[in-house]
Amino acid sequence: MRAEARATTGREASRLPFRIRGSMQTLLALQLLDPEDPAFFSELVAKIAYAPEFYRDAPILIDVGPVRGRPPIDLEAFIAELLRHRLRPVGLVNASETWREAAQAVGLAVFPEGAEPPSRRPPAQPVRGGAAMVVDRPVRGGEQIVAREGDLVVLAPVGHGAELAAVGHVHVYAPLRGRAFAGIEGDERAMIFCDRLEAELLSIAGVYTVAEEMDPRLLGARVRVQRRGEQLVVTPLS
Amino acid sequence: MSKVIVVTSGKGGVGKTTSAAAIATGLAQRGHRTVVIDFDVGLRNLDLVMGVERRVVFDFVNVINDGIRLNQALIKDKRVEGLYILPTSQTRDKDALTREGVERVMEELKEQFDYIVCDSPAGIEKGAQMALYYADEAIVVTNPEISSVRDSDRMLGIINSRSRRAELGLDPVRSHMLLTRYDLDRVQRGDMLKLEDVVEILAIPVLGVIPNDPLVLQCSNIGMPVILEPKSRAGSAYADAVRRLLGEDVELRFTKPERRGLLDWFMRRSA
Repeated sequence: MRAEARATTGREASRLPFRIRGSMQTLLALQLLDPEDPAFFSELVAKIAYAPEFYRDAPILIDVGPVRGRPPIDLEAFIAELLRHRLRPVGLVNASETWREAAQAVGLAVFPEGAEPPSRRPPAQPVRGGAAMVVDRPVRGGEQIVAREGDLVVLAPVGHGAELAAVGHVHVYAPLRGRAFAGIEGDERAMIFCDRLEAELLSIAGVYTVAEEMDPRLLGARVRVQRRGEQLVVTPLS
Repeated sequence: MSKVIVVTSGKGGVGKTTSAAAIATGLAQRGHRTVVIDFDVGLRNLDLVMGVERRVVFDFVNVINDGIRLNQALIKDKRVEGLYILPTSQTRDKDALTREGVERVMEELKEQFDYIVCDSPAGIEKGAQMALYYADEAIVVTNPEISSVRDSDRMLGIINSRSRRAELGLDPVRSHMLLTRYDLDRVQRGDMLKLEDVVEILAIPVLGVIPNDPLVLQCSNIGMPVILEPKSRAGSAYADAVRRLLGEDVELRFTKPERRGLLDWFMRRSA
């Protein structure tokens, strides 16, 4: 006789109109150092300007660690202002009791303490480590490819007007004719590599250069682009 | 008082961008602070024709949607004083333009410029309508062939009904016709419409007749507005058009065959 061992819970679960699962997401955190600074939002705009597409409608955590000892700011107004800038706050992290109450009052979730202690120093390790995104077809003008976990590798030509962005390095094993943004979350050690430099714009962690500023001798060359301080340095690969 | 001029057509590929670039350049050459804006979101071309494509960082859409300041996006022309370009995005499309956003940018531009030249996309939908909405004057670019003339006629109707001036009952948009790619040989053979025929159908003043000229393509290839090429017949026709735009009475050239004199025949022999 066949044992018909079907767990009753299993059968009932399959009739529910939902499923609850664990989910892991990487989120950007906006760490507040001086939220009352009148230039807060104009500085924020300038900061995210180098990859506006990446930040548009991005879900973000508000990390209040550095200011948790101070009285909470007007969160309702702050959220409204963030939304106006097309950033979508989903919750607070590193909150003290008073901040927690303020968050709950305006409907923001409170996330458990972050693994990193609140600190004014930027993280020592680069913020990446996911698998590379590989694109094996031409990237046409007007297309945008964003690798949010790590590096971006493109194996076919990237057309004028196309945009490549990666949290890590951008590698193009073909002509690069569009724009490339590496280190979009701030990793200044990210690099851009391409087989033929014909790019319109190159950017690493917010420091950019346009085609006109590039050394004409490097046009068409196989190059590596790195950031040194506030400059980009383009060197030919052998 | 700042003036907004839209360069439009309805039909694609008739010479809007070439004309917008040449006319904006011509206005600046005459001492007027001029900005030329690319309204063709997604299929941008103006920056190429103006020769600034290697300097584009921020664009019109960034200013409207992403908090970029206008002055971060404006590109100063290197050849002509007082001439600026506002490029558009190639990664977004025309839905990125909002009426409020465009209005805000227009208001800011009016504070800085005497002339605002809007390079319209082809068609009659949102993109083209957005480009013509704030116009005080319209230059309707037409090729001397029937489908272009029909489309220009349609566009004139839209200008008269969908512009802000029309909606608010203000003085109507002043529309002019710019007849481009005029080829006298083909007109005389009957393959192309005559200027007179086009004027009869469209019934608007003629801003200029631009003759067919291989230098137009060459200039476009090197990113130079054709009005800056002294050897170009089209370039000098655009210069005439700018003078008429500024109110001067300039006789139309390139509409009648040039009388061949003895000297011409000598030149041809030795060529």
